[in-house]
Amino acid sequence: MNKNLVGIAAFLLAAFVLVPVVIAATGRWDLYYTLTSVALLAIGSAGVWLTFYIGRINIGQGAYALMGGYVSAVLMTKVGFSFWATLPLAGLFCAGISVLIGLPILRLRGVYFAMITLVLTEVTRLAALALPVTNGAKGITSIPLPGSLSVFGITLIPDFATMANPKLGFYLLAATLMVLSYVVLWRIVSSRLGHLCRSLQQNEELAASIGVNTAYLRVLTYAISSFFGGLAGAVFVAISQSIYPSSFAVADSVNFMLYCFVGGLGYVTGPMLGTFVLYFGWDLLSIAKQYQLLVYSSLMIAMMLVLPNGLLSLFDRKGGKK
Amino acid sequence: MEQILANGLYLGAQYALIALGLTLIFSLMNVLNFAHGQMYVFGGFVTYTVVAQWGLPFIVGLVASAVILAVMGALIEKFLFRPVIRKSKRDESTMLLAAGIAFFLDAVILLLFGEKQRGVPKIVDGVFNWDMRLIMPYDRILIGVLAIALIVGFIALMQYTKAGRAMRALAQDRMAAQLMGVDVDRYSMIGFALGALLAGLVGGLLVTITGINLGMGGPTSVKAFMMIMIGGAGVISGAIAGGFILGMMESIGLTVLAAYGDITYLAIFASLMVFLAFRPQGLMGKPWG
Repeated sequence: MNKNLVGIAAFLLAAFVLVPVVIAATGRWDLYYTLTSVALLAIGSAGVWLTFYIGRINIGQGAYALMGGYVSAVLMTKVGFSFWATLPLAGLFCAGISVLIGLPILRLRGVYFAMITLVLTEVTRLAALALPVTNGAKGITSIPLPGSLSVFGITLIPDFATMANPKLGFYLLAATLMVLSYVVLWRIVSSRLGHLCRSLQQNEELAASIGVNTAYLRVLTYAISSFFGGLAGAVFVAISQSIYPSSFAVADSVNFMLYCFVGGLGYVTGPMLGTFVLYFGWDLLSIAKQYQLLVYSSLMIAMMLVLPNGLLSLFDRKGGKK
Repeated sequence: MEQILANGLYLGAQYALIALGLTLIFSLMNVLNFAHGQMYVFGGFVTYTVVAQWGLPFIVGLVASAVILAVMGALIEKFLFRPVIRKSKRDESTMLLAAGIAFFLDAVILLLFGEKQRGVPKIVDGVFNWDMRLIMPYDRILIGVLAIALIVGFIALMQYTKAGRAMRALAQDRMAAQLMGVDVDRYSMIGFALGALLAGLVGGLLVTITGINLGMGGPTSVKAFMMIMIGGAGVISGAIAGGFILGMMESIGLTVLAAYGDITYLAIFASLMVFLAFRPQGLMGKPWG
């Protein structure tokens, strides 16, 4: 436990102090964008990971990211809400929708569930194209930057438009949200709810037979998972100040799932690591120019052959030997 | 009305052929082949290269697509899926592998064939016109008939040959099939090759009508998933039924719902959700009974 605490403290120090200092020293401001994306995608994959935790393969997180993004964008531009109000609303909207969708589809398992969530992603994109409120293929653009947030007259977060460096602001926002999400995730996993989820993962019938309310649990975890997705989507919209139906497509949904796999499904920090490795790996591989995707996918396939249980299973083996 | 039905039949035959390959691979190895759409696109590009660039007859292109995709499928099964299935703790690992292969094929297609939309010249000219009630170009009719012939051929193969019998046994119970002396590894490979071959064939057929481009892989996979969800995964009759039902729904939806904008797939998805709430395993969903 002590070792864990040191690790967490080191991580927080690295994320909130070291990264800004190093970036300021080297002048690689573009890294902020990469790191912010990593943090946000990690929030989304935290949700996917949670659905893996109840034994469901979720390839529909892109759908909720897109929904969350649109909810935030529409509320900001058409209703005039502040960004900070839309953030939780986007998450809650996604959670609500996911309850409606989840009630029928969570009865499915394995490949069936995977397929229908993938279809959901594509359908959400089509819905975004067709519905009048989303402005179709043209998308919603020139969304204002987040304003200031103050509680009881004390300004907690200054207006992003007046910030000297909004990139840093966004990075800190994304990193904070990511840390909070993973704290929530860790709490869920180590609570009674986590134990119940593990029982679902192993054998749903058996769990139901000893009095676990499986239907309720499934929908609850799926809703939490979608909340994360919506949150990530809403912040993405604030950063890019625009959203299009193609902002999150099938490939993004698949990526969310891959991040979880690569990190390792048995570890809470797995999706975070997976997102970091894959996203940074993709960026680094841009030196390979047109062969980027080829090298990236080859590496992914090779990793699957060597480490089929995720990157963090490396540490597992060491622990086993001791 | 006749027009809608004919369009639906034509679309359904294509779709059924795609779904058959996917469901075959799924039933034999319990692998959801994400790369199916990409295999389809690859097949289309092979036909395009042979027919439009080398100027050979269409049938040569079709055969070339089939052979190349079958070899590709066999190699993918032998060197990628087999070791991963053997080693990993969870079934889902094969999904990551399949997704990786999908990306890989995308990259290969991009490098080999480029990102432009490609098509081949019409193989048959002329339009069938029945009193303005049913209008259909001859090449569409030909492709539709070919697709149905291929479906019939596939069913015959599964029903009446030794390999087909072995694969059906494998799908029912892998262990029992092995105990009865079925060479499991060999027939898994053949099955995967056959599934990939079907994807390649559809690609080759459709390149003559809709053309082909790099971005078609993902949406095609999504459609194929919908079909086998309607019909039930791992069931041949289910895949065929799912293909024709989706083709019909798309054809009807595009006509009836045209006034409300592009919401056909939204409507199909919504009805699919309702349907799955009552019948999660699809129309005929039980493993190959």
